[in-house]
Amino acid sequence: MALITRKHILKPPAPAAPGVAISVQSLTKRFGDFTAVGGVSFEVGTGEIFGFLGPNGSGKTTTIRMLCGTIAPSSGGARVLGLDVAAEAEAVRARIGYMSQKFSLFEDLTVDENLRFYGGVYGLDGSRFTARRAHILKMADLIGRENELTENLSVGWKQRLALGCATIHEPELVFLDEPTSGVDPLARKDFWELLYELAASGVTLFVTTHYMDEAANCSRLAFIYRGDIVAIGTPDELRSREMRDRIFEVEVADTEAVLAALENDADVREVYMSGALLHVNMGEADGAAALLDVALARAGAAGAHASRVEPSIEDVFVHLVTREQRERSVI
Amino acid sequence: MTSLLDIFHRHGDRTLGDESLAIETRSLVHRFGDLAAVDDVSLTVPRGALFGLLGPDGAGKSTFIRMLATVLAPSDGDAFVFGHSAAHDPNAIKPRIGYMSQTFSLYPDLTVRENLDFFAALRGTPRHEMGARAARLLEFSGLTEFASRQAQYLSGGMKQKLALAVTLMHEPDLLLLDEPTTGVDPVARREFWRIIAGLHRQGITVLVATPYMDEAERCTEVVFLDSGRVLLHDTPRHLKQRVREETCADRVSMENAFAYVIAQARAGEAGA
Repeated sequence: MALITRKHILKPPAPAAPGVAISVQSLTKRFGDFTAVGGVSFEVGTGEIFGFLGPNGSGKTTTIRMLCGTIAPSSGGARVLGLDVAAEAEAVRARIGYMSQKFSLFEDLTVDENLRFYGGVYGLDGSRFTARRAHILKMADLIGRENELTENLSVGWKQRLALGCATIHEPELVFLDEPTSGVDPLARKDFWELLYELAASGVTLFVTTHYMDEAANCSRLAFIYRGDIVAIGTPDELRSREMRDRIFEVEVADTEAVLAALENDADVREVYMSGALLHVNMGEADGAAALLDVALARAGAAGAHASRVEPSIEDVFVHLVTREQRERSVI
Repeated sequence: MTSLLDIFHRHGDRTLGDESLAIETRSLVHRFGDLAAVDDVSLTVPRGALFGLLGPDGAGKSTFIRMLATVLAPSDGDAFVFGHSAAHDPNAIKPRIGYMSQTFSLYPDLTVRENLDFFAALRGTPRHEMGARAARLLEFSGLTEFASRQAQYLSGGMKQKLALAVTLMHEPDLLLLDEPTTGVDPVARREFWRIIAGLHRQGITVLVATPYMDEAERCTEVVFLDSGRVLLHDTPRHLKQRVREETCADRVSMENAFAYVIAQARAGEAGA
């Protein structure tokens, strides 16, 4: 069964270009003389799970706020579900869902009261509300907890209830701003199962996250750095196109000591922990494997096993941020 | 040689713990009304450990940490930090620990340096030592060039590092970190862990609660809590190996191990 039944969805007043949910053109937001978003352009297709990544303070939330029609762009613009986010902000807000990391639930209301509140906000009539309420309680595994105070729910339940409230009006597009921040691995996995079901039913998802395993599950990714989009593509495209550096995985006994030594080695571009293993970026140098063996010997780990690995999305993230930091400090 | 006095201290006087351990809890309980958030937890953390506290949301991790930080009193049992009882002698614990809560608070309109001095003064750090300590910590956390910037103008990652530096001004021997990297981007998270690794190398004991399994893998030992109880206490390496053997999998990630441990515990509960 599809998570969301489509029969009640409003007819779009101005149909979007086929297959395009979001179209962004030179979108810019300035706060005083600070440019939070510096003229970004991209498109998101219908039914995509689009991951929007970047360091803290890079402009992710500001972009989402403009796309939701809650703040006006300084220049440029965007069409969301075919609507102009500046001129038709009200209509945009009625047709999208939004879930923030703070979950926007009323802690001192019960589960049922939260659902009623959001049903009222989106103007659901009696029979439609009854159907949606039943559906969300089932989806969020909250049947039997309708009268519990929201503050007494576990984080996983709150998170599913928040998703239910954000989608009570069956939006075609949902913005999720760090929806899994601070959530344990099991609850994150369950939550992503729900997102996959939503996407499979045709809903477009625009997600920000600091979990790179979640990013790897998106259909496409955009990296934003200080208000500019510096890379965009599928996870595989980003791994192959943005990342020509050779990454090696190394297992050593005293990881912290070897890490400290390799950090100061001129032949090593970057070294960091990946779980219990070291990931060593040797740059694009020919003979990188041999250079690494020598560097490992210098670090007191001669003969340690090193194997070339495909870069992960986390490797790509770190690479892009350090590349931008390096290039921008030169200018 | 264990003297009679030692034995008396360890077993006779229940307000004294084993000084050679950083943390020792004995049947530690904290109840909120009818709910035991921490339910009969007995564990030890050796000095110098980098100790990971894992578990689902609501498992009792924060409550456990808050008792060690002496901001919450045990309902039953006791916790000892470097041998001092949290129930009977919390003031002996306070100067030895640095505690960074999930909702750490900095003063937004004070500069980085002023925040450091303010919190150090609260902890009774002698004024003549503040300059040298602040300089060292700013250097250590990469904040030197931002010393005179107001805290409100720092990025999320820098605020996190400042909050850590603030907890280090009184030179604690034990750091209690409650999900310090939640909501922090991968690069800032990596820089934060570089600092943690440096502190660990200096011999400071670190107890860190985290939802990130790659961080859990960097710990020397991990404990899993669920519904306030200890499910498991192991090294990450041995835990993964055990799960690999029990599930006959080729490769087990820390995420797999987490899911397996929790699922087993819940299946056991349902069967009981």
